[in-house]
Amino acid sequence: MDPNQPISAILVVLIPLLTAFAVPIIGFWRKNLCFYAACTALAAAFWCALHLLIFVHQRGPVDYFLGGWDPPWGIALRIDSLNALMGVLVTFLFSLTGIASKKSVPLELPLKEAPFYALFLLLFTGLLGMILTGDMFNLYVFLEVSSLTAYALIAMGEPGAMVASFRYLLMGTVGASWYLLGVGYLYIVTGTLNMADLSGLLREMEGSHAVLSGFAFILFGIAIKMALFPLHLWLPDAYAKAPSIVSTTIAPIMTKVMAYVLIRIGFTVFHPEYVVQAAKASGLLVWFGILAILFGGISALSQTDFKRMLAFIIVAEVGYIVGGIGIANPTALKGAIFHIVNDAVMMASLFLVGMMVTHRTGGHGINHFFGIFRKMPLTAIVFTIGALAVIGVPPTCGFFSKWYLLLGGIEAGHWAFVAALLVCTLINVALFFRVFDKGLYLHAKAPQSIPEPRIDALTIQEAPLGMLVVGGILAAGILAIGIGNSFIVKTLILPAVPGGL
Amino acid sequence: MTEWIAFIVTKYNYWAYISLMMIGLFAMIAKKNLIKKIIGMGIFQTAIILFFISIGAKKGATLPILYHGHAHGDAAVRAAAYINPLPHVLMLTAIVVSVATLGVALSLAVKIFQRYDTLEEDQINLTKYPFRRNVPENKEE
Repeated sequence: MDPNQPISAILVVLIPLLTAFAVPIIGFWRKNLCFYAACTALAAAFWCALHLLIFVHQRGPVDYFLGGWDPPWGIALRIDSLNALMGVLVTFLFSLTGIASKKSVPLELPLKEAPFYALFLLLFTGLLGMILTGDMFNLYVFLEVSSLTAYALIAMGEPGAMVASFRYLLMGTVGASWYLLGVGYLYIVTGTLNMADLSGLLREMEGSHAVLSGFAFILFGIAIKMALFPLHLWLPDAYAKAPSIVSTTIAPIMTKVMAYVLIRIGFTVFHPEYVVQAAKASGLLVWFGILAILFGGISALSQTDFKRMLAFIIVAEVGYIVGGIGIANPTALKGAIFHIVNDAVMMASLFLVGMMVTHRTGGHGINHFFGIFRKMPLTAIVFTIGALAVIGVPPTCGFFSKWYLLLGGIEAGHWAFVAALLVCTLINVALFFRVFDKGLYLHAKAPQSIPEPRIDALTIQEAPLGMLVVGGILAAGILAIGIGNSFIVKTLILPAVPGGL
Repeated sequence: MTEWIAFIVTKYNYWAYISLMMIGLFAMIAKKNLIKKIIGMGIFQTAIILFFISIGAKKGATLPILYHGHAHGDAAVRAAAYINPLPHVLMLTAIVVSVATLGVALSLAVKIFQRYDTLEEDQINLTKYPFRRNVPENKEE
């Protein structure tokens, strides 16, 4: 065994993949064992990802050659600080949502435990594969694995979810196909698919029109999958109508992984100078980011459904990240990567609150939050911390990444981005205070508008223990990342910022 | 003028894939019927598969199998004599992906039909009560 090729690099993808195929078989025998099998696999993958992160930080980037084939011919996994960080983030959040799914799946998806956990693990495999791979075509395959499972998982939801999922499928397929087309253009010019090889070859052909069109196709493909503003139309319906456990899993992670892919292709495969100066893509990205922030914020204000409101907040948050990537100075990029981490954690906590409220009241409208501070105090605490983090109040993590993004915007003199960030912060305050208002009975009226609650409003209890524990971990994580931000930025985020800017 | 004709004719494979792709995209955007949208999606994906296959082809080249092997004095493999197999292999994977996408899309269409009793997008959007299988209320009288 080569000491520079840790076995955990491949195990982190293989364990969930193999378990995903074992779960339906286990499900034939005992339905309730599926949960334990899935959670064991998720925990093992988390352990491997953690090992990989420590390994990368001690000994530098890992190149894992599948089957022992050297890079230009075989598929290589290349793991540097950025991948390893994303891997830990994704495995961590999936493990937590896996634990939280115990009570929710039998209630919302009765008799579908086995298919649910199989798809859940396949989605996890797809996302991890996208993160770890060093091969452009391999990334496409994993992208489609994760997308196809996401379509199926979303379609399991409430009425209307199937139509939403169908729309997502059409748009997602166009996005993935465009990505594939772009890869084809780059392949015509260079004759390679390996990212490291490609980046070396592309540096010499910066004037080529084929490279430029390939880059544009890839960018559009990723933008569709990432739900960047004018291409976000699939997102709100799909995330609001999916089963709550599915939106808790997919919503925080999927768009963030695509943001990672954007950073990887924009700054590793293509030379940063090419993206900023020759293709002028970064300036365009900032403006789309600004539009996304403003549009997402304002649309979120008009929603009456909690999950739909969060979905529009995600559109705005994607705007933050893309804006930070587009500004493309080290400070803003640091902010963007830090915001990927923070946003995933805080969105997971808020969608989890949505899930707990759905579990106890039978719905996720803002009206269903009526009186949760009295009936479900612990849920309300998780919600408060998550909401403060999205608004960006100092001790929580959301403040610090927004701060770096702001500093980056000021450094680059991009005042429109700075203004959009500040405006959206104010909008977020208004957004969450609507929910606080309902939750705290500030302007109390009888909750007439709750449509037929499943359980009488007076007998609502605290959410199940498993979900509360997960919510507590996420809330503690938000505070811990916020308080330890200087340590995290120094040790984890700074090495992950791509060089050459 | 002749340059333009030469430009179009020599790169006919690209023109073919672009027109197929646009036909597919048009069907996905403009058609209201879900099955027609799915067919458009199929055309769209097939266009990209054809594009990849065409870039591997070479004039006068043969299958990438070493027919006489290295033993016949021809030690170096002449790349120009063989078509490039890699895009074709990639497309095997892409075909599998597109079949899987088609399967998911068709099963979603079946489920949508079972719930709404229609595949027309306009009527699905009009349905106020997704649970009710009965069609518009004025017909019940």
